[in-house]
Amino acid sequence: MSLATLDLPAPREGVLRRLSDALLRRGQLIVLLLLAPPLLWLGLVYLGSLFVFLGQSIFSIDEFSGTIVREPTTATLIELFRPANFDIVMRTVGVAAAVTLLCALIAFPIAYYAARYAGPRAKAAFYLAVMMPLWSSYLVKVYGWKLLLAKEGAISWFAGRLGLDGALDAWLALPLVGGPSLSVSYTGMVLTFTYLWLPFMILPVQAALERVPASLIEAAGDLGAGPGTTFRSVILPLAMPGVVAGAVFTFSLTLGDYIVPQIIGTSALVLGQAVYTLQGTAGNIPLAAAFSLVPILVMALFLTLAKRTGAFDAM
Amino acid sequence: MNRPSLGLKVAALGGLAFLHIPLLFILLYAFTTEEKSYAFPPPGYTLKWFGVVWGRADIWAAVGLSLKVAAIATLIALVLGTLAAGALARARFFGREPISLLFVLPIALPGIVTGIALRQAFGLMEIPFSFWTIVLGHATFCIVVVYNNAVARLRRLSPSLIEASMDLGADAFQTFRLVVLPNIGTALLAGGMLAFALSFDEVIVTTFTAGQQSTLPIWMLSELIRPRQRPVTNVVAVLVILVTFLPILAAYYLTREGGGARGTNAAGK
Repeated sequence: MSLATLDLPAPREGVLRRLSDALLRRGQLIVLLLLAPPLLWLGLVYLGSLFVFLGQSIFSIDEFSGTIVREPTTATLIELFRPANFDIVMRTVGVAAAVTLLCALIAFPIAYYAARYAGPRAKAAFYLAVMMPLWSSYLVKVYGWKLLLAKEGAISWFAGRLGLDGALDAWLALPLVGGPSLSVSYTGMVLTFTYLWLPFMILPVQAALERVPASLIEAAGDLGAGPGTTFRSVILPLAMPGVVAGAVFTFSLTLGDYIVPQIIGTSALVLGQAVYTLQGTAGNIPLAAAFSLVPILVMALFLTLAKRTGAFDAM
Repeated sequence: MNRPSLGLKVAALGGLAFLHIPLLFILLYAFTTEEKSYAFPPPGYTLKWFGVVWGRADIWAAVGLSLKVAAIATLIALVLGTLAAGALARARFFGREPISLLFVLPIALPGIVTGIALRQAFGLMEIPFSFWTIVLGHATFCIVVVYNNAVARLRRLSPSLIEASMDLGADAFQTFRLVVLPNIGTALLAGGMLAFALSFDEVIVTTFTAGQQSTLPIWMLSELIRPRQRPVTNVVAVLVILVTFLPILAAYYLTREGGGARGTNAAGK
């Protein structure tokens, strides 16, 4: 038996080879060269324009001429706390909180079933059933809810058929959640948001639940805990990071959205609409920038708190 | 493991039904004969509106623009996203974490902030709004989808494969073409499809970076705010569902072995 020799073609010669050798000798150079194009766009142009836009929140607007006064001032930021503006912030945070809560309530059973009881085939079906609506067109989904919520639409019709039209009217007569019809009420807005962001809650909750070891649940049972106690003191705490991870999505997506409130919602503005009007018709870029800082700061706070619960491992 | 309780089954299936029923209603409304309202149940059924949409030049123009924007934005995102993934998949250096955060930023921040910031930047640089400003806006947030898919696959690619290729005499470019690319090909395809779907559907950033052009989502948004042609909108909505359905399904099957399409955390609008 002789030593096998590999019959390899001779390494190619030329510019490419020398370039390749030069690059391989300096590993850091490759990283730098690869990173340069994406960093040039995202780091320089994108990040730069973000800073330019958000930085204008320290400028103010001249009330008479409507032009931007380029002198640093805290006046614009303080203006956020005027009652009318602060209401917008609180309203938006309130809607985001309601959406997040509703998402968590609807998502949990789906995620729990998929994680604990579904076989491999059912699990794949569940996954697709969650992914398809997630990736369907955003506007089409909003449109679907416009159809459903309309005064003459399907929800009213079904409520009438089931003899619940009285209950629907009573709900719409309530001060905060009601309105002339579902499509111009906070109820409709929250429902639409919940629908839009629900998959973002299901996926991380399911991922967290799948990591709960079966042995822990058996141990809880062996130690005398009933199903209810096991759920409350073993499963729920371990699933919480998943819920928090989902909440990061549902909360931030609601905070920044201005399309849904424009189509399904009351005349009272939310944050995104305020930014949109301020930069557009009102031409008040400094205040628009100040308002834009709010969701960013709220999310930064949220993420800092979320990090402590270990939510990022569940994403 | 014991059986699921009836309550859990009902809640889980009810939740899934909640996710799908609105889409079914859109399908139903495409066939309605009602023109002036969203009346339910539809007073009658017709196929007429599909024909009307077929003959509408403005809708075809919007579809064409959306497809072109999505194709080019996806192409840019594929190049930049793959470069970024190649640099960051295994490298450990100071500043790596902030850089990966930077790639996620365009999708983590509300679309309106990205939109206004880019609009102002284009204004400052005196770039007139055009097809290309839309493409650049879309590419900005599509990079992360490609990046996520490529990074996940590159981390699973054994470094010994690359070393073996080099030991056998291939240079860096040959190794990339003959070893790395075939291994990450399906991940790039999946990332590209998701980026395409994301761009095809994007409305918020487009609002700020488009001039007079109307992409399909922009056309749809104007119809949503002031409905003028409800039956036509109904049909367009169905067509959009069908067009996005296929690439997403394909992306799912392409990345299935790897635990699903890695784009879920990147779909924020």
